[in-house]
Amino acid sequence: MKNENDKSDRRKFLKFGALAGGVVLLGSAIGKAITPEPEKKSGEKVKVLTADGKLMEVDGCQMKHPAANKFTNQEMRKGISGKKFVMVIDLARCANARKCVEGCQKMHHKQAPTEWIKVKRMDDAATLTPYWFPQPCFHCDNPPCTKVCPVDATFKREDGLVVIDNERCIGCRFCMAACPYNARSFNWGEPIIPQGMEQEEYSIEKSFPAKKGTVEKCDFCPDMARQGKLPDCVTECPNGTIFFGDQNEDTVTNGELTFRLKELLTNRAGYRYLEELGTEPRVYYLPPVNRDFKFEEDSKQHNTEDYKII
Amino acid sequence: MEKTEILKSEMLEKHHLRREEMRADVLRPLQKSGLWGNIWVAFLIAIILIGGYAYYLQLKNGLIVTGLRDYATWGIYISNFVFFVAISLVGALISSVLRLTNFTWYRPLTRIAEIIAVAGVIWAGLIIIVDMGRPDRILNLFLHPRIQSPILWDVIVVSTYLTTSVLLLYLPLIPGIAICRNTLTNKPKWQRWMYKVLSLGWNGTEEQWKIMKRSIAILCVVIIPLAISIHTVTSWLFATTLRPGWDSTNFGPYFVAGAFLAGTACVIIGMYVFRKAYHFEKYLTDEHFGYMAKLLVFLAFVYAYFNINEYFIPYYKMRGPEARLLTDLFSGKFAGLYWSAQILGMALPAVLLMFKQMRKPLPVTLISIPVVVFAWVKRYLIVTPILIHPYLPIQNVPESWKNYFPSWVEIAIVSASLAGVLLIITIFSRLFPMISIWETLENEGIDLEEMDKLKIEKV
Repeated sequence: MKNENDKSDRRKFLKFGALAGGVVLLGSAIGKAITPEPEKKSGEKVKVLTADGKLMEVDGCQMKHPAANKFTNQEMRKGISGKKFVMVIDLARCANARKCVEGCQKMHHKQAPTEWIKVKRMDDAATLTPYWFPQPCFHCDNPPCTKVCPVDATFKREDGLVVIDNERCIGCRFCMAACPYNARSFNWGEPIIPQGMEQEEYSIEKSFPAKKGTVEKCDFCPDMARQGKLPDCVTECPNGTIFFGDQNEDTVTNGELTFRLKELLTNRAGYRYLEELGTEPRVYYLPPVNRDFKFEEDSKQHNTEDYKII
Repeated sequence: MEKTEILKSEMLEKHHLRREEMRADVLRPLQKSGLWGNIWVAFLIAIILIGGYAYYLQLKNGLIVTGLRDYATWGIYISNFVFFVAISLVGALISSVLRLTNFTWYRPLTRIAEIIAVAGVIWAGLIIIVDMGRPDRILNLFLHPRIQSPILWDVIVVSTYLTTSVLLLYLPLIPGIAICRNTLTNKPKWQRWMYKVLSLGWNGTEEQWKIMKRSIAILCVVIIPLAISIHTVTSWLFATTLRPGWDSTNFGPYFVAGAFLAGTACVIIGMYVFRKAYHFEKYLTDEHFGYMAKLLVFLAFVYAYFNINEYFIPYYKMRGPEARLLTDLFSGKFAGLYWSAQILGMALPAVLLMFKQMRKPLPVTLISIPVVVFAWVKRYLIVTPILIHPYLPIQNVPESWKNYFPSWVEIAIVSASLAGVLLIITIFSRLFPMISIWETLENEGIDLEEMDKLKIEKV
């Protein structure tokens, strides 16, 4: 009974949210027209649908998305209903450009050597050619990490995401020990927050601002998904290696190419890393066959410097 | 008829004298602490203060001051926690398992075993808080508990075991506290007040003896499943993960067996120290060391059995990721520590103690020292090498992340915790009798309950 109410409440809330979003967008457009304050244009054009159904193109800087912040912690713990996020990584396309790593660090305001997405050189056997292996959090459907959390600070959402509430995490690092892929990082010291962002309100969908003494990791960027945008690791890759999408829609895209998820996995023999562990990852890999690039050794070492105590 | 009466009164007189003698012997160390005793306490406090300062730095800067990083995310704090839980199990072994199996020789050792247990559990609880990134949020364990998490299980069993161990230390001590209350009248006011409160008005009535003995009997049964749980749950902190090296069904009994071995060695060292420092030669006899040595041999064999299952069967198979770990343990960078732990900490002591000459107090104690030291090392080997041998290769990280070496902060804090255990034991031994008088005399056929009933205080 209670659940029913919750659901209809949420529906109402979402309806209201959509309406409010439209009004705010319209309002801000009118506001802009009346008081033309000089704002830096990002140059990036974003297509938006107005409340009356018109498709408009606005500058990226206007996309403030108040809606993303409006969700309560409880709402964000539930996830985006109707979605089942999924990622497909085409190993034939990866050339170790490491743009996904940089893009992710920039977007989440992380500094080296912390990497939420890693690119690893895989040497399966001496007779096989090595290949590059981008590795985000796998957002497992049977997550070993959330099972062991003593305070429900990391949890599985309805939309398939495994996220962390950095305001609840006690920093025991059991989840880090439990994750067989080492997808998780820790805020060992006081995190470096870019100037002017210290006051930003914490949101589990942004994993920002980072909190000292807590665990963090790739969150599949649900705040971007709410805006209908792709995560930065996807858009930053020059080779279109990473595809992101919704299993319910059976679609994944790297921003340029869009595939039917099932077809892609069938035709390209998609697999999940260490399937035998039974963690049911939401990240699929396409084997490195007919590669776009020849394997080349990495030209330099990365992340050689440890953190500095500040 | 006359003759038996005389004989009985003669016997009672003998018993009474024996009781008086033992009371005097056991209480003598409480009269005053020597110079060396004070230096020892000052030394322990100094180490604890340094550790306290190190912890202050850790609180201020975060865990960045440790040698821990994203791969080696657990280090000597956790291995030290496992070690403390391990040594605390001996309390249950000595005072409960031996009691229920109708052995009696162990009785003068119960108090030493119990105080090691209590001090171990207290510091296990403290050191695990030190490992937390956000100790300020510890209440979240009670505000948002997830009972599915082994950490919650650990919180429950550690606190229950602590309570039970304190009771098992305290209840048999009540008659001893009453003696302190009655005889140590020259002590400071707070101490006399403490004896008065803690003795719970004990004056040896039939009712009091009955309640105490019954409660102890119940606690002795309760503590066995608790002791096994506390260390099994601690092993599950590792065994509930999928990591090669931890993902083992053998972990529970392996940990429990190792714990009994380490704890027994600790008690042997404790026995030797108290025998020497407090002149307990009459009560902690060569015979006791002999028995404990034999127990150590037995436990070392049990532990060896689980070690073979834990390391050599996976080694036979050499399954992918586990093979890298085992190679590193057997012949790689951990080989020195690993073989020292297995040989000096387990195999050699077992072999040596099979010779009768080795079962004298001093050799037994000397052999027990490496058993304890390498028990600590073994727990380090259980925690850290596994973490730096994950499924995926460790790449693109600073060189120091690929290995783990504890920082001075960690070493200082761990040293402080070890000093803390010793300090608790030392202070306790300055305030309370370290040998249970009534239990020991019961062993000699002198029933203090009976004597209390006959109100034999003076001859």
